[in-house]
Amino acid sequence: MYVAVKGGEAAIRNAHKLLADRRRGDRSVPSLTLEQIAEQLALACDRVMAEGSVYDRELAALAIKQARGDLIEAIFLLRAYRTTLPRFGYSQPIDTGSMQIERRISATYKDLPGGQMLGPTFDYTHRLLDPSLARDEAVEEGDRREGDDTPVMRVSDILAQEDLIEADGDVAGEEIGDLTRTPMEFPMDRDTRLQALSRGDEGFLLALGYSTQRGFGRSHPFVGEIRIGEVEVKLDVPELGFAVTLGRIRVTECQMVNQFKGSAKAPPQFTRGYGLVFGQSERKAMAMALCDRALRADELGEDKVAPAQDEEFVISHSDNVQATGFVEHLKLPHYVDFQAELDLVRRMRGEHARRRDGEDSMPEAAE
Amino acid sequence: MDATTDTKVRDARQARLSTLASADGAELLHLWEGLGIDPACEMVRGPEIGLIALRGRIGGGGAPFNFGEATVTRATVRLESGAVGHSVALGRDRRKAKLIAILDALAQDAEMESKIDAGIIRPLLKSQADRDALRREETAATKVDFFTMVRGED
Repeated sequence: MYVAVKGGEAAIRNAHKLLADRRRGDRSVPSLTLEQIAEQLALACDRVMAEGSVYDRELAALAIKQARGDLIEAIFLLRAYRTTLPRFGYSQPIDTGSMQIERRISATYKDLPGGQMLGPTFDYTHRLLDPSLARDEAVEEGDRREGDDTPVMRVSDILAQEDLIEADGDVAGEEIGDLTRTPMEFPMDRDTRLQALSRGDEGFLLALGYSTQRGFGRSHPFVGEIRIGEVEVKLDVPELGFAVTLGRIRVTECQMVNQFKGSAKAPPQFTRGYGLVFGQSERKAMAMALCDRALRADELGEDKVAPAQDEEFVISHSDNVQATGFVEHLKLPHYVDFQAELDLVRRMRGEHARRRDGEDSMPEAAE
Repeated sequence: MDATTDTKVRDARQARLSTLASADGAELLHLWEGLGIDPACEMVRGPEIGLIALRGRIGGGGAPFNFGEATVTRATVRLESGAVGHSVALGRDRRKAKLIAILDALAQDAEMESKIDAGIIRPLLKSQADRDALRREETAATKVDFFTMVRGED
C-alpha cells in the first residue's frame, strides 16, 4: 500500500522567506552588488564557473550571492541554469600557446624563453592577516615595465627537442567525448576524463593529487609550467561559412612533468599530466594535472595500486553536484523506508531473543 | 580576380565580427550612438542566449577535448535593403548581439563599411590594444630577474 502524505507547504514557504531574510542579513549593511562579487571575490567566481562548467562571470556572481557564499550550492545553481539553455555548437580548440599571459612560471627551468612572470599571486606572501583591508584604504595600481614580445615558449617544447618527453597526447577514439551528452562509461578515454576533471571538485582532486605525492601511486611530478591568461574563443558559424572570434576567456593551464622509468610499452622519458581550468584556478589546475597523470596508469603499463589511479573511483566521485545531491538527499523524509526498517529490526530482535531463550533453556530466564 | 575580392570581403567581415564580439557592450553602444544612424531592421532570429561547448587540447596541442561551456548570444537581422547580418558573442548581452548583427548587415554596403570601420572598429581595436598593453606591462613588472651570488675567493 502506498499512502501519499501532504503537508508542510506553509513551513516550506516560510523557511524560504526566512532564508531570503537571512541572506540579506543586517539591513543597515549595504547589499552586495554583482559587480562587487565579480571584482572582489573574483576567485570564488572562477571556482563557481569552473565547477559549474559555465563560463559567465556575472551568473557566477549571482549564484554566489543567492547561495549566501556556499560555493557548492552556487555551482549547483549554475549547473541547473545551464540545463535551460540550448547548445549552439562546439568551439574550435583554444590555443593556449597564444595566450595573453598574466602569470607564467616554471619549476623546471630558471631561464626559459619568456621568463618567469609571477603575476597576481598569493605565493611569497607572508599569510599575515592585513588589517588595512578592514579599513577600505586606497590601493595603489600595479607597477608597469616595458614588456618584450618574446614568444612565451612551452616548457614541453624545450624537452621535446631531445625527445626526452612524450608528445602532447592523442586519443584513439575518433569522436570527442562529451559527458554532457552521453552517460559515463568505463573504461573512459583521456579526453572524457579531462572533461570530468576540469569540472570536478577542487577539494576532492586536491586530496587525490596530494595522495599521489605521499606515495599512493607515486609519479614524481614537477611543475613544467603554469600559465594563466586570456585566450580567444573561436566558433565556426555555419550561416557565415567561416569562424569568428566570440570573445576571450581566462584560463589556467598546468603542464605537469613526471619522471617515468619506462615500461614494456614506452622508453624511459618524461611523461605528462595536463590541467586546464576556467579562470585563475592554479591549485585546481595542478590537482587536475596530477590526477590526469595518475589515471594514465593503464596506458603507461604501471601497476594500479592507489585510489588516484582508479578511474572509476576518481571520476564517478569527482562531481560535487552529484555528490552533494546524493549525500544531502539523506535528510529528506524517509519516513516509510524507516518504518519498514524499524519493523524489520523489531522482528529480528524478536527472533534473536527467541533463539537465545531456546538455547538457554533455563526456566527462570524465560521470565 | 573575383575569388580574391570575395576572399578580401570575407576576411574583412570575419575580422569585423571578431572585433565587435570581443568588444565591451557599453563601449560598443557608445560608439554606435556616435555614428548617429538608426536603421529599421527586422529580427530574423534572436537575440537568443545559449551555450557553446569549449574545447581545449590535451597537453596544449594534442587531441581536442571538451572542458566546459560558455554562455553566448546570437542574432540575425534583415535590413530594409535586404542585407542580412549575423552575430555570435560570448555572454548574455542581447543588445550587443543585435547591434553587431545590424553592423554586420550595414557593412555589406561599401560606404557604410568605411564609416563603421572608422567610427567603431578602429576605436575598438585601439582600446583593446591599450588594455592588452597595460596587462602586458603590469605582468612584465612581475618578471623575475635572476642574479647569481658569487661566494668565496677564487
